[in-house]
Amino acid sequence: MSKANLLDRRNVVSALLANRNDVVAIGGLGASTNDITAAGDHARNFYLWGGMGGAAMIGLGLALAQPKLPVLVITGDGEMLMGMGSLATIGLQKPSNLSIVVLDNEAYGETGGQTSHTSAAADLVGVARACGIADSRAISTMAEVEAFAKAVHDLSAGPRFANVKIDGASVERILPSRDGTYIVNRIRGDLGFQPI
Amino acid sequence: MHARADASDTAPNWPDDIFVTLQRFDVRQVPYVPDAGHSKLIQRVLGSSTMRGIPLTTEEEGVALLAGAWTGGQRGVLLMQSSGVGNCINMLSLIPILRFPFLTLVTMRGEWGEFNPWQVPMGSTTQGVFELSGVKVLRSSNAAEVPAVLEAAAAQAYNALTPTAVLLSQRLIGAKVFTK
Repeated sequence: MSKANLLDRRNVVSALLANRNDVVAIGGLGASTNDITAAGDHARNFYLWGGMGGAAMIGLGLALAQPKLPVLVITGDGEMLMGMGSLATIGLQKPSNLSIVVLDNEAYGETGGQTSHTSAAADLVGVARACGIADSRAISTMAEVEAFAKAVHDLSAGPRFANVKIDGASVERILPSRDGTYIVNRIRGDLGFQPI
Repeated sequence: MHARADASDTAPNWPDDIFVTLQRFDVRQVPYVPDAGHSKLIQRVLGSSTMRGIPLTTEEEGVALLAGAWTGGQRGVLLMQSSGVGNCINMLSLIPILRFPFLTLVTMRGEWGEFNPWQVPMGSTTQGVFELSGVKVLRSSNAAEVPAVLEAAAAQAYNALTPTAVLLSQRLIGAKVFTK
């Protein structure tokens, strides 16, 4: 599985969240949510264990509700492919505080490593750009990851999208809470909302 | 062209009743896949300064959007047609897991004088799909009862976190007719 010169997923996510400040981070179903956990549990982490294809839309709802906060969706190629229409929805709404990163290992890593559409044909950067997300980047170096991590905090220039080609090697599973109400209410509490 | 076999001559007022109720419950995000029966309500939403109408490519996007909206402190409502309910099924699992307020208003096809057989299978299973997915179903079949049904639905969805779908029956919106 492992190819030369591909980025390590944990290094990528650590760099994205290293200076996160007030970022709300959403991890898509699969390894991405574990990567966010590995970078450090945080009250503003939204861990998904289901709802495949929904990560970007959760990000959109949050970004529209909280326009002064940077919202960062970190998901995988399979999860993004399932919710590809949401790129058109986001391209139409153009929330300037929303950033989406796809960790693209060209495979369904959680289910046995079956190759995904990005391995041979689908170009998610092209899709995002064609859907109206003008700042859509293909990333292959850590310097580009770090530049994107800075851009996430610029609330005037989004939405932005990045597809990061990563090494397909499996890494240690570091699992977050599976309790959805805890996850949501912890974020709401941190944003200053009371329970109903 | 089509005509509404059972519609009154004047534009219906029940979409205005719905809009007023949603406004009173401080609904802010309104994701939708268009339907003729929702056209007036969608117009009101798009003209509103407090609500944001959000066109979707498929209805399941709206379920995920409402989860994010609630996490960020806003209420929303999903507008769709009965066919779209089938597109939502797996994403409906977010509702009990994340426990966010879920209200959807569904214009019905495949019932009450339907002319298009292709609408009938999903229209016939709409209520069952919701109930199997843990969403309570209320129905409105005439304009006079729309305000009370909307009030009840919004109250239980937003105040009691009871996931609720309001089926706006084809008898209310008028059966679509393309036939000669």
